[in-house]
Amino acid sequence: MRPLSYVRAADADTAIAMVAERPDSAFLAGGTTEVDLVRQGVLRPGLLVDINDLPLTGVEDLPGGGLRIGALARMSDVARVPGVVARFPVISQALLLGASAQLRNMASMGGNLCQRVRCSYFRDATSPCNKREPGSGCAAMDGFHRGHAILGTSGTCIAVHPSDVAVALTALDAVVHTRGPGGERAIGIDDFFLLPGDTPEREHPLEHGELITAIEVPAASIARRSVYLKFRDRESYEFALVSVAAAVDVADGAITGVRLALGGVGAKPWRARRAEHSLLGRPATTASFADAAGQELAMATPRPMNAFKVELAKRAIMRSLTMLTNENAP
Amino acid sequence: MNTELASPPTVRGPGAGTVVLTVNDQVRELPVEPRVSLLDALREHLGLTGSKKGCDQGTCGACTVWVDGRRVLACLTLAVTCEGHEVTTIEGLAPGGELHRMQAAFIDRDAFQCGYCTPGQIMSAVALLAEGHAGDDAEIAEWMSGNICRCAAYPNIRAAIRDVRDSAGAER
Repeated sequence: MRPLSYVRAADADTAIAMVAERPDSAFLAGGTTEVDLVRQGVLRPGLLVDINDLPLTGVEDLPGGGLRIGALARMSDVARVPGVVARFPVISQALLLGASAQLRNMASMGGNLCQRVRCSYFRDATSPCNKREPGSGCAAMDGFHRGHAILGTSGTCIAVHPSDVAVALTALDAVVHTRGPGGERAIGIDDFFLLPGDTPEREHPLEHGELITAIEVPAASIARRSVYLKFRDRESYEFALVSVAAAVDVADGAITGVRLALGGVGAKPWRARRAEHSLLGRPATTASFADAAGQELAMATPRPMNAFKVELAKRAIMRSLTMLTNENAP
Repeated sequence: MNTELASPPTVRGPGAGTVVLTVNDQVRELPVEPRVSLLDALREHLGLTGSKKGCDQGTCGACTVWVDGRRVLACLTLAVTCEGHEVTTIEGLAPGGELHRMQAAFIDRDAFQCGYCTPGQIMSAVALLAEGHAGDDAEIAEWMSGNICRCAAYPNIRAAIRDVRDSAGAER
């Protein structure tokens, strides 16, 4: 690892000011991605500003049924908050299906949203990679891309967004709260994640020195009956090939509300709006589910090695909806 | 922005400076650079070589230790970030040269072959029981998945964990 400096900040204003004034500085939270990538030479900060002492670890139930998750709350702690488990099971499930117990104890919620892609060409610090070194090319395009994205990709980058909980938060229209040199702002989660387009190096709209302070999840009664399904190459401790965050309301056999987001297939956590639109008002049947899944995946742009994800994603959507609408299901 | 801030905190490094760690209830001072991981600080500077360096990238679990009683990966933790926190390693699991009951159970159940992952497995296993995630074998397997055993001693590791779970006073 290259030499670096370190400072521990006691309050947000200090942390923000210290990062903002040095272009080569970065916040340090759980460090599970950052320390790894600094060691690999992918990230090269000259100063790490440790924010772990900031009082941003709370998880609160909001009046009206929403949820406010402090940016430094740890994945393991959020997953077991009673209000999360009861009212937003998809969040708890997504958290517990991610990483390992040790990593979940370390990783913060804000850091989870900022985690970098797992593309091996990005991480090796030497291959052509437009995300790491803009303009250098994309080694994954014609390289090993079995795990890569099939939705939202561009000619510059096909890396998949690796987060699980971000998929659940995307389904629930979460809002990312930040504070930076220019003040505070709130960013809808779908706008927080940027598609690669021609600027794959830019993954979110945060300015240098802008700190995530909290993630708010609006009240959503539909989420009480929600699920996160994850399909991967091994049973545990592995990133998704395909995952689905789903919630559905049914009245008199017809779908009256639905939330669907996909992981493991998108250049960002993928809200399946076409599928949602297709399902509203339709009968809760396998035929409706298949039609909706087909419409969402119709815009997929698979490469030779990840073409299997198209069918896998369709089936994952169908399974999640079948589970949620089966009257005998829990 | 708040204009009544105290003077900014001291920036440390990039050269070596004194880091004060509390490891296994002992306060230790060591001269390390901020880039030094907790794992390297334990192994190379404090001579606590029980925690193992398997992958050094957070994928194998061989370096599992506790910080403030929570199991974490020492390879992805910078030592300097542990100032003010309690670090526990396999050497501190059972004071006084005794074996912790989990260590004894690993021996009874032959829960290792080469032994390289074993300290991490045991630190994880004891934490697992404290967390209450050892209900059945499937739950044990899921919550131990962050500790890879390339000798595949998994059935015996689960047996050792079951033994401790089922014995009286299974808490740490």
